[in-house]
Amino acid sequence: MSESGLAGDADATRGADELSAARVASGVRRWRGLRRAAAVTPFIVYVFLGLGIPILAVIDYAFRNPKGHLTLANVSTITHGTYLLGFENSILLAALTSVIPGFLGLTLAYAIATSRSPFLRRMIATASGVLANFGGINLTFMFIATLGSTGILTSWLAAIHLNPWNLGFNLYSFYGVAFVYLYFQVPLMVLVITPALGALRPAWREAASNLGASTWRFWRHIGLPVLFPSVLGGMLLLFGSSFAAYATAETLTAGTVTLAPIQIGNLLNGNAISGQENIGYAIGFGMFVVLAVTMILYGLIQRRASKWLR
Amino acid sequence: MVALTSAAGVAPAPRRHRVRVWRGLVLGIAAAYFLIPLYAGLRFSFQDDAGHWSLYALRAIPSQIGFTGAFWLSIKLAFTTLVGTLVLMVPTTIYVHLHLPRVRRLLEFVTVLPIVIPPIVLILGVLRAAPIWLKASPYLLSLMYVILTMPFVYRSLDAGISAIDLKTLVEASRSLGANGPQTLWRVILPNLRAGILSASVLTLALVLGEFTMASLDLWTTLPVWIYQFQQTDGHIATMVSMLSLIGTWVLITVMVSLDRSESRRSRRKAEVA
Repeated sequence: MSESGLAGDADATRGADELSAARVASGVRRWRGLRRAAAVTPFIVYVFLGLGIPILAVIDYAFRNPKGHLTLANVSTITHGTYLLGFENSILLAALTSVIPGFLGLTLAYAIATSRSPFLRRMIATASGVLANFGGINLTFMFIATLGSTGILTSWLAAIHLNPWNLGFNLYSFYGVAFVYLYFQVPLMVLVITPALGALRPAWREAASNLGASTWRFWRHIGLPVLFPSVLGGMLLLFGSSFAAYATAETLTAGTVTLAPIQIGNLLNGNAISGQENIGYAIGFGMFVVLAVTMILYGLIQRRASKWLR
Repeated sequence: MVALTSAAGVAPAPRRHRVRVWRGLVLGIAAAYFLIPLYAGLRFSFQDDAGHWSLYALRAIPSQIGFTGAFWLSIKLAFTTLVGTLVLMVPTTIYVHLHLPRVRRLLEFVTVLPIVIPPIVLILGVLRAAPIWLKASPYLLSLMYVILTMPFVYRSLDAGISAIDLKTLVEASRSLGANGPQTLWRVILPNLRAGILSASVLTLALVLGEFTMASLDLWTTLPVWIYQFQQTDGHIATMVSMLSLIGTWVLITVMVSLDRSESRRSRRKAEVA
């Protein structure tokens, strides 16, 4: 108590000294502040030119016709017909490939987290890091060799009279793309959810089973409610990743599946009807809106999830 | 208390067995899903059209039209991106940690944006906004890849810097008479080696596999070449794709293990001293 009082007195006298010197110091400080700001200027200028200007260009052209006049025609076009279908499919694909890999990733991460082999844990952590950034042409070729009409798995399944292509499966379709997306979405979920699983203390599990709770009741009343915000946050991240993906869907289906990013690619590759050159920009703008909503939700949930991670 | 613990100790025996079966099942299915396509891709690239084992795809690669050009273009883009991203991000991240701690939050936010903004939309804007002389150069891609790699690079560097006591190191170096560049070059960078290394690995892996921007900017990088070439010969295209994959993994493993043995050696040296 007395110590803090003494410290307060010392602060007061020093404060008076500083007050007299403040005017002189302020000029120096402003100069130093400028110099410090100058040190991060290259970064800020780079981000502005490389990220800010292109984004502004997309938004600007979304509201202009090819002659450069302001218009709402582009935005109204993309809310009808084939472009609306592209958005619907993209959102459906993103929802499918965030909820299913979300649960699969959670299961896998839990299986890894509870295993006692540190080698397995380290190996899967590294593999997840690599696979989560996987995609595009390599992934496409691997799956054509696996589940294409003459792929390995197809022939194995055909040998037991379960040829997936005869059962209505088509790798080069919407559901084929969804199946291939699991290859990077599940590892991404494992990466995202593993830290959150650390919040699920083993002591809770023991306490619950001491009180007579079954496995099901533990998960129903303790495990899932604690993990819920983290799982939901992870799924939203997966949603964004899948919604924005282009390379895998494009190379797998040669641009034939109706998804918003694929439509942008087709328009850019010169398949635009005259007068509709700026439709691609409107689709880009629409994608911004969907992703912005996703990220705002993610931010809100993240704030709630961090409560358990302390 | 004793009764409770002993009861808990007895009960889980059948459960533990069930958990082990369940975990084995999950890991087995995951392993099958992730390994079968890898095996299928490798097998396909070592077969000829008749389905026999063959090395023809491997031998034929260098003589294919456009391969060499695409390969070198990808290598050039990878290294210019690497240099660009390190020159831009390393000093900025260090400076912000040292002198502008309040800007860290902003930096974190800005560097996460490239994850949120789809590359396909970004290249759309770039192709409209970039000046013509820049659009004529493949290095426009390098400039954009610096943006794309920012989230990973910043996170690696940030983790690396947070792991060392940067302020003390800099003050010690200053009091021993070193100037700014000397401190950066001889004190900070050697201590940041692990962070810079992982940032570099992530950058190279991303650039060597990037398809979206390169294909829409109409430059035939390696992934774009592979995609176009599959119509000519699927086996050769798949072989190149698998090789680029293996090449990237080897690169990652070599760089990581080099760093590990290096740090082990320096630790041993310190112990001997």
